[in-house]
Amino acid sequence: MNASPQGKLAARLDAMNEFDRAPVSPERLRGPGGFIGLYAGEHVAGTEFVIGPLFVAHGVATGDLLWGLLAGNLLAVLSWAFLCAPIAVRTRLNLYWHLRKITGPNLLFVYNIVNALMFCFLAGAMISVAATAVGIPFDMPMPGLDDLYPTSVAWALTTLAVGGVVTALAVLGFDRIAWFSKIASPWLLLVFLASGLAVLPQLGVESFADLRTVANEKIWTGVPAEGRVRFTFWHVTFFAWFANMAMHIGMADLTILRYARKWQYGFASAFGMYLGHYLAWVASGVLVALAIQQGGEVAPGPIAWLGAGAAGLIAVVLAGWTTANPTIYRAGLAMQTITPNWKRWKVTLAVGAATTVAALFPALMMRLLDFVALYGLILMPMGAAIFADFWIFPKIGLCSGYAEWQKIAFDWPAALAWIGTLAACRLMHAMWGWDIFFLGLPGWFVATGLFTGLSFLRQRLRREARPAAS
Amino acid sequence: MKYFLKILSFGGLALTVAPAALVLAGVLSWRMHAALMLAGAALWFATAPFWMRRAADAA
Repeated sequence: MNASPQGKLAARLDAMNEFDRAPVSPERLRGPGGFIGLYAGEHVAGTEFVIGPLFVAHGVATGDLLWGLLAGNLLAVLSWAFLCAPIAVRTRLNLYWHLRKITGPNLLFVYNIVNALMFCFLAGAMISVAATAVGIPFDMPMPGLDDLYPTSVAWALTTLAVGGVVTALAVLGFDRIAWFSKIASPWLLLVFLASGLAVLPQLGVESFADLRTVANEKIWTGVPAEGRVRFTFWHVTFFAWFANMAMHIGMADLTILRYARKWQYGFASAFGMYLGHYLAWVASGVLVALAIQQGGEVAPGPIAWLGAGAAGLIAVVLAGWTTANPTIYRAGLAMQTITPNWKRWKVTLAVGAATTVAALFPALMMRLLDFVALYGLILMPMGAAIFADFWIFPKIGLCSGYAEWQKIAFDWPAALAWIGTLAACRLMHAMWGWDIFFLGLPGWFVATGLFTGLSFLRQRLRREARPAAS
Repeated sequence: MKYFLKILSFGGLALTVAPAALVLAGVLSWRMHAALMLAGAALWFATAPFWMRRAADAA
């Protein structure tokens, strides 16, 4: 029995993931249909009501948006299909057990905590989105695009109420909400589509021939709002590619794709990307253009009302709620490693409270593009470590899963690669002024190179030290 | 019964999206479109839970 603090920590983490320890057995593998539904549902969320309008605020031009989303989403799909899925179907392990072999349990603990914090902020943004719809019947003043702090008492009370309900439901259980989320997703997608179509006449579209002119002159005009950087084709491409960086390049979706019969099921992500991250972003951009034309509020609730009336408000609440719930639940799971003696409901309650406090700040919602990019960037280096460990190490004579083999609790090459990559990205930003959206790609090469180089050094040093020690 | 419920559900989805196309074509008012969307939502959520599988997701 290992009674050291490290041993206790490892035991706690392992106990929580025990049921998922073994690779998926052949009889539990699934066909492509489940993955299509899963990806299509997961990527039509409340936050899509924010991202489309933020592109408009950043003054993207029509061509840049449409081509950028086409290219960026394609790159995201290829990342799922060629980076994440092949490893998932070969190892059949979830992210936790796979990463544990590489990082050791203690570094994985740190990763879990960082991941949980990111989940809290993401769920906070979703609660903020839902609050903008709940507040409409009460004439609540909405936060504007530049608001970072709570804007009114009504906003604070509404957000607290929505956060309270979402947390209470998360405490009561996760399975029913996950199921309800599945039911809501096809309807939500159609609400986006219908809302965008229905407001086109108010923007001046009377025939298909008008579409291009209205798009260029009234929606994606190429002129950013005051204080916003103008987005180009490259901004849109890289944002669309890296919006889910933690999932594909960061390898979080190993947990999902390990059930795939073939690696080609990674292409099912196209349904999430081109429905949620193309159609829904375009539609919500159209809605906000009308809000701007009418001089109205640009928060998700009011723009959904413009497109679909009461059904739009329901959609915003449901989209925010059904995506915030599993996020709070996942954050709770990760946080439970710190408080092993707490019951699951207590941890979920604490996480929900923290998330609700975060939701009070509209900054999370109004700066969502930056936050999403940061979230992916922070978790990406561990995905790069998995990639290097799986594909590169065997080719250069290094041992894969070294931490597990050598019973290392805290793998310093992985830790240094993680910190070093983030420091390098910060440096690139400071020296060359690169936007956060562009840092993921060079960052991935830095992470892969650092982890491979440091692992090479460590494994060689240990190999040379062993005969002397023995 | 399940077949009948499915027809109603897909009717709900049709009520969600088809009126918007009619608004675009200039044959339906926005107000009517919003009312029909609400009816579509009610129809979908009242019927879909009875036939959509509750099996766990791939994950």
